[in-house]
Amino acid sequence: MTVLDSKIPEGPIGEKWENHKFSVKLVNPNNKRRFEIIVIGTGLAGASAAASLSELGYRVKVFTFHDSPRRAHSIAAQGGINAAKNYTNDGDSVHRLFYDTVKGGDYRSREANVHRLAEVSVNIIDQAAAQGVPFAREYGGLLDNRSFGGAQVSRTFYARGQTGQQLLLGAYQALAKQITAGSVELHTRTELLDVVLKDGRACGVVTRDLVSGEVRSHSSHAVVLATGGYGNVYYLSTNAMACNVTAAWRAHRKGAFFANACYTQIHPTCIPASDEFQSKLTLMSESLRNDGRIWVPEAFDEARPPDQIPESDRDYYLERKYPAFGNLVPRDVASRNSKTVVDQGKGVGPIKNGVYLDFGAVIERDGEEVVRSKYGNLFDMYERITGENPYKVPMRIYPATHYTMGGVWVDYNLMTTIPGCYAIGEANFSDHGANRLGASALMQGLADGYFVLPYTIGDDLAGRLGEAPVSTDDPVFVEAEAAVKSQVDRFLSIGGTRSVDWFHRELGKIVWDYIGMERTKEGLEKALSEIPALEEEFWKDLRLPGSAATLNSGLEKAGRVADFFELAKLMARDALDREESCGGHFRAEHQTEEGEAKRDDENFAHVAAWEWNGSGSVQTRHKEELTFENVALTQRSYK
Amino acid sequence: MSTELNLTLQIWRQDGPLDDGHFETYSAAGISEDMSFLEMLDIVNEGLIQDGKVPIEFDHDCREGICGTCSLMINGQAHGQEKATTTCQLHMRKFNDGETIVVEPFRARAFPVVRDLVVDRSAFDRIIEAGGYISVNTGAASDANLTPVPKEASDTSFDAAACIGCGACVAACPNSAAQLFTSAKLGHLNLIPQGQSQRFERTESMVETMESFFGSCTNHGECHEACPKEISLDFIAFMNRDYVKAKVKNRKLAGQT
Repeated sequence: MTVLDSKIPEGPIGEKWENHKFSVKLVNPNNKRRFEIIVIGTGLAGASAAASLSELGYRVKVFTFHDSPRRAHSIAAQGGINAAKNYTNDGDSVHRLFYDTVKGGDYRSREANVHRLAEVSVNIIDQAAAQGVPFAREYGGLLDNRSFGGAQVSRTFYARGQTGQQLLLGAYQALAKQITAGSVELHTRTELLDVVLKDGRACGVVTRDLVSGEVRSHSSHAVVLATGGYGNVYYLSTNAMACNVTAAWRAHRKGAFFANACYTQIHPTCIPASDEFQSKLTLMSESLRNDGRIWVPEAFDEARPPDQIPESDRDYYLERKYPAFGNLVPRDVASRNSKTVVDQGKGVGPIKNGVYLDFGAVIERDGEEVVRSKYGNLFDMYERITGENPYKVPMRIYPATHYTMGGVWVDYNLMTTIPGCYAIGEANFSDHGANRLGASALMQGLADGYFVLPYTIGDDLAGRLGEAPVSTDDPVFVEAEAAVKSQVDRFLSIGGTRSVDWFHRELGKIVWDYIGMERTKEGLEKALSEIPALEEEFWKDLRLPGSAATLNSGLEKAGRVADFFELAKLMARDALDREESCGGHFRAEHQTEEGEAKRDDENFAHVAAWEWNGSGSVQTRHKEELTFENVALTQRSYK
Repeated sequence: MSTELNLTLQIWRQDGPLDDGHFETYSAAGISEDMSFLEMLDIVNEGLIQDGKVPIEFDHDCREGICGTCSLMINGQAHGQEKATTTCQLHMRKFNDGETIVVEPFRARAFPVVRDLVVDRSAFDRIIEAGGYISVNTGAASDANLTPVPKEASDTSFDAAACIGCGACVAACPNSAAQLFTSAKLGHLNLIPQGQSQRFERTESMVETMESFFGSCTNHGECHEACPKEISLDFIAFMNRDYVKAKVKNRKLAGQT
């Protein structure tokens, strides 16, 4: 039985989006103002959607838990944004970007969505440039491009190492314009704590003001979740401290299916943790692997500093195992190999938790100045954090969680399985399959917000003209508010002995060990027994000082960690049921003789979308079969 | 293993905007020099929770120096003593064993304290809303390469656009002026072709909104010294020049007063 209708339009792949735009229902410009839309989150997806929807005439309320819409974690993306502009005349096209994205996603994404993403990618660059986003330019004043993440064409637009920041500021400024125009109402330091349904449709949300503690209902004709990914379930990740799954998860608990929870991406070049109190990990651009050589000592008990270890006692393991690609193997392959050598006990650094990324050879060949001109900023950042000079001492790196491909299941209109509730950006599951390519996250967030949702949202709204939003005095809101307040009170009344951070850290260790870079049946089963035990302890032994009527960041975290516990169990179940390896999901039982991910296209070329069945029971797994009519399924090899 | 530090902290505690606030003294023992300043505060908070006390509230998020959420006056300096560094990227190896560190919120009338070390910087959003954008609706843009931008203009515009909106400039200024922040956004948009049509309207509106919240600039230059992104004072000069021009050019106002 399948209950999932992906609403993929008819026609050849290149015409689906055009056909769909013609067939979706439209809302008359004068009628748009009769509809209220709530947007949760002000990152690339949320800010661009809120701005674009209000430009069309819809009345928009936008919420962020930050103090300003400009703070969302989209801001931290360094590398760039892909677009099939073919400005470099090197043979790029919409079809090539589409093809690369489907292949890069290890054939676990929806072809129609990916093609649409590639089509609108070119509009994003035009829009951003018109907003004043200071992309890198050539001397002639035209936009510069580079090749990124192993792509064979130069299609990545960038703004120094701060592409995410500049694109987010563009979207934030577009939002500011609409706030000034009076068509967007902004709520800062306000967190979504429930999605409210009436007769099976989303009719609004319940929020908590993080400063005053006020719990309040907001009603609307549609709710848009643009709340990012769930990488912080690992505790240590490159995500910002406040990134969380709460909005997506609370929607899941109200009926939104959650898809492919086990698809998480690990980034190979992060700075290793210095001790167990480390709060987050810092990513360094992958471009470092273009010139750095990765190695560990041959000996398990190596005590010499790196410069005194002769070549003969070093193992350049990526160059040894993958002579063709060497240090430039894809993210997941590089990451897994780092884990293997560190697990063997060959790790380097004070707590033996990293591998060397050595620039000695390139400095000797090209000189320090050349290296400084390419990587100066990154080297400075590394030195600021570690206190070591990477021009003299090899860098130490280790993989860290960076992005989550899984998320809320959406159809082609980006609507979840709750009618009237949408998920956009990293919060949904749709475009990256089992693995995301570099410089594609910014592309997807902005595609959804600027160019997809504003068209598709009308399809559902058009039929609802004349319907007034549900009153916030309606019992559905009253009950939802009461449930939110009772959870807040419950956290404050447990009176145990451990802090929220302690539980989050312990949960993160389990998730990292068993649902991290490499998963096994045994490990996942262990996770499924350890997580509930820790969760039970959380609800019994949490200590949360302070009050609900003032700013209380511990209280905010408690709600998020409670949701991470439930998500972690789903991740384990999803990973356990997916008896294959694909992209970021590597099951040790399913690998080729070369140690590569071995897909099982016959049995697993589908999306696993999980339906909530209540707190005490396990979710039901639904399948959306994936069909590949335009890209042939092949096995990756990097030898 | 890395060196450990034993520190005394004097930290500002304040229940809310209307509370008077006061310093409290805490000790932080066994702090690894590899920790960031905020991780050190995490440890202090963990200790407070263990003692059943209310932890210290401070703003932070990305912890990689780009989101602009973290703040703090550390020993009287916005984001601490290290140049071009946000508080989240300041590491404990920059401090000495046995040192006393004074930690306060960013102080300015336009930045009321929310709680403890957290302040409300929403006046910055009001300045952006006054014109810190280019009015181009989604879908209306022409091909990006139809408008070449001279590389020098683009690079200078970027230097201004690097502002993270943290508020250190205001906190460091003896007048609590927001000239560096405002001029950074004006420099970003006014230097490129796309920003020209609204240039003078934008300048007048943003400057006057800024002045309704913040103090006046008297050229101390403390803002630039404190700025984690080293935004240049030159942008303030650009802004002042454009403001004078705007007063002449914005003819809708001429002869009306």
